[in-house]
Amino acid sequence: MTPSHAASKYMTLGEGGLAAAMTALAFVSIVVAAKAYTPEYAFHAYLFAAASVASVFVIVNRYFERSPEAPPLEIDGKPNYNMGPVKLATLLSLFWGIAGMTAGLWIALELAYPALNFGLAYISFGRLRPLHTSAVIFAFGGNVLLATSFYVVQRTCRARLAGDLAPWFVILGYNFFIVIAGTGYLLGITQSKEYAEPEWYADLWLTIVWVVYLLVYMGTLMRRKEPHIYVANWFYLAFMVTIAVLHITNNAAIPVSLFSSKSYIVWAGVQDAMVQWWYGHNAVGFFLTAGFLGIMYYFIPKRAERPVYSYRLSIIHFWALIFIYIWAGPHHLHYTALPDWTQTLGMTFSIMLWMPSWGGMINGLMTLSGAWDKLRTDPVLRMMVLSVAFYGMATFEGPVMSIKEVNSLSHYTDWTIGHVHSGALGWVAFISFGAVYCLVPWLWNRPLYSLRLVSWHFWIATIGIVVYVTSMWVSGILQGLMWRSYTSLGFLEYSFIETVQAMHPFYVIRALGGALFLAGALIMAFNVWRTLYPPREALAPAANLVPAE
Amino acid sequence: MTDSSEHPKEHQHGTTGHEWDGIHELNTPLPRWWLWLFYATIIWAVGYWIVYPAWPLVSSYTNGVFNWHARSAVASDLAALQAERQPMMAKLADASLQQIESTPQLLDFARALGGRAFADNCAPCHGSGGGGAKGYPNLNANRWLWGGTLTDIQQTITHGVRSGDDQGHQGSMPAFGRDGMLKRDDVVTVANYVRSLSGLSTAPGTDLAAGAKIFAANCAVCHGPQAKGNRSIGAPNLTTKIWLYGSDLNTIIDGVWNGHGGVMPAWGGKLDAVTIKALTVYVHTFGGGE
Repeated sequence: MTPSHAASKYMTLGEGGLAAAMTALAFVSIVVAAKAYTPEYAFHAYLFAAASVASVFVIVNRYFERSPEAPPLEIDGKPNYNMGPVKLATLLSLFWGIAGMTAGLWIALELAYPALNFGLAYISFGRLRPLHTSAVIFAFGGNVLLATSFYVVQRTCRARLAGDLAPWFVILGYNFFIVIAGTGYLLGITQSKEYAEPEWYADLWLTIVWVVYLLVYMGTLMRRKEPHIYVANWFYLAFMVTIAVLHITNNAAIPVSLFSSKSYIVWAGVQDAMVQWWYGHNAVGFFLTAGFLGIMYYFIPKRAERPVYSYRLSIIHFWALIFIYIWAGPHHLHYTALPDWTQTLGMTFSIMLWMPSWGGMINGLMTLSGAWDKLRTDPVLRMMVLSVAFYGMATFEGPVMSIKEVNSLSHYTDWTIGHVHSGALGWVAFISFGAVYCLVPWLWNRPLYSLRLVSWHFWIATIGIVVYVTSMWVSGILQGLMWRSYTSLGFLEYSFIETVQAMHPFYVIRALGGALFLAGALIMAFNVWRTLYPPREALAPAANLVPAE
Repeated sequence: MTDSSEHPKEHQHGTTGHEWDGIHELNTPLPRWWLWLFYATIIWAVGYWIVYPAWPLVSSYTNGVFNWHARSAVASDLAALQAERQPMMAKLADASLQQIESTPQLLDFARALGGRAFADNCAPCHGSGGGGAKGYPNLNANRWLWGGTLTDIQQTITHGVRSGDDQGHQGSMPAFGRDGMLKRDDVVTVANYVRSLSGLSTAPGTDLAAGAKIFAANCAVCHGPQAKGNRSIGAPNLTTKIWLYGSDLNTIIDGVWNGHGGVMPAWGGKLDAVTIKALTVYVHTFGGGE
């Protein structure tokens, strides 16, 4: 900060403000760490302190390195895209994906062979399970959504991402939340709400990050050079706004103390259950569906080089989807203390949700018309098209399972697990893999290392999904039928433990399916690594934008 | 963007004219089958709302034309099940344990009821086939700590063992070592002596005569001079091949040193009398009943 320096260079309000806020957070964190009731919470406070101190250093360093002027919005009339945060989130998604899938495989093996927890609390099923679900949904899926949304909004608006530090704050802040959530699960910090296990301080941090995310996104939309907002951006916006509302409502809690990780949710009894599953189901609806439909609406037409099948369908199914999805949560609470009328509404809206969901499938698949031959040559497109097919299957299966008579058989059984994974592996992960296989060459401006390996990934993972889902269907239906089976004398035919014994072979098969899926993801990581760091002999012809066949 | 004229639909409907990063949109109308299915689901939903409880009102909700409620549906299902079992349950209640065992129809029903109750309540400790586990007696073995007649079993199930129930079985193995009644060496010696009673090997150099002396002075009062046990206080017979905690030397030393006093809950307050009867017969017919 030498005044004699050439042009006058000032710290921006954002830089100064963020550095000051982070300094304050560091002080508060250190005080909390010193006075924390439990060592686990103190550990988290230290993590907060370390991260905020590090961020202050980074901000100040960056200030000294950067040129006095802000980066231009356009260079030679072309938008000067800000792809750094996109690159980081793309790579982080791969890291978390593999971590989350490994945790999933491990708990699948623990279910079949309980001794694999080695008697350690940290890796017991109850702690690893939320680690798995959060890692694959929020860490893997979340980073894919951050990366693609920041990419798509810039490209379809022809505008540089709004904010200077803000996009980096979103990516780094979100991933810091993941570290807090994940280590919290292993240490036993949880508020025991499914898909919302992190405690109050992690929730508060995520709220701040999420609001900044929304602001960056809307700021970029407002800068757009296009007269209309592309459909992918509607879905991304619906995802961001609704997740914000859901997150805040479901996590409304009163901490026991600033120095304790424990808090009490403000909702009680069946209302808490209802709020939880209103949140839980719409985490599926708006995080795993609306957000990933945003990915689908950009990457499939772009990769297939075909126009989107129907603009009208995209409008109708978008509004129908977001209006109807938000009602469907009570179908998670059939045959419980939830009032009958609420269960009815949850079920009937789930049925009405069938066609709005399929609107996205139709638009995704029919966009391929005239380009179906590309499926033979482009395994990336094949992956994305199969994901849309799985989306269609899972969004048919969901309404069927929401029907009370079906639910009375399927509820609490492995059928639910099979359903979730046909959506999670088939739809969410496959569309994500496809998007990452597109993004890496586009972002780093070099061809993908190997399309053959993508083909291997595709087939191994597809077989893995089929093995996983079918084993859980069989296991779930068997389990449901055993639970409800009566003898001729009017007594239940099986005890609970007998039904558990009957599940064992299917748990082994399921773990095999999960192992295949993880193997596919590892092939992908290798492929991406080789793309970024090609073997020396392949370095020479590296300027081609089009992926090699 | 590639030449869009290859696309058959584009000839019919064209694009909207918008373009984003090379992506166009066709103006294809909604697929008819999609639209009609959407309408059909809405009509079905409205029909369901008319039939079943559906919409909240100010202080109540719409009941639906059948006045169906999940709570009353469960209650009537359970009542139907109970009505189905009732005639047999009544017979079971009236019959004595011996009558139940000697009447095939009653025995089948008692074993069905007892089998369910056993799987839900007893199997976690005694194993699903009654095979037992360390500290939890095997119920098939024809050896009983507290007696294996129908009446004995019924008494044990109803009042438990060291359960806090006044009428439950009392008495436990003292901690001879921990409480200073026997010295370390004496505990080892008597443990070896106990192993010798059932023909198991003893550690080299063990003075079995000294062991017998220690046994007579400390153990015989409960386990009997011949170590055949005493059912009135649940002291096991030490001359058989059946061991509640295990027969290896260290396990026996540990038992003599720290004592034993496993608990079986009193089920009388948790299960009804007919179910306990059925359980009694079920356990008695495992094969070890007296």
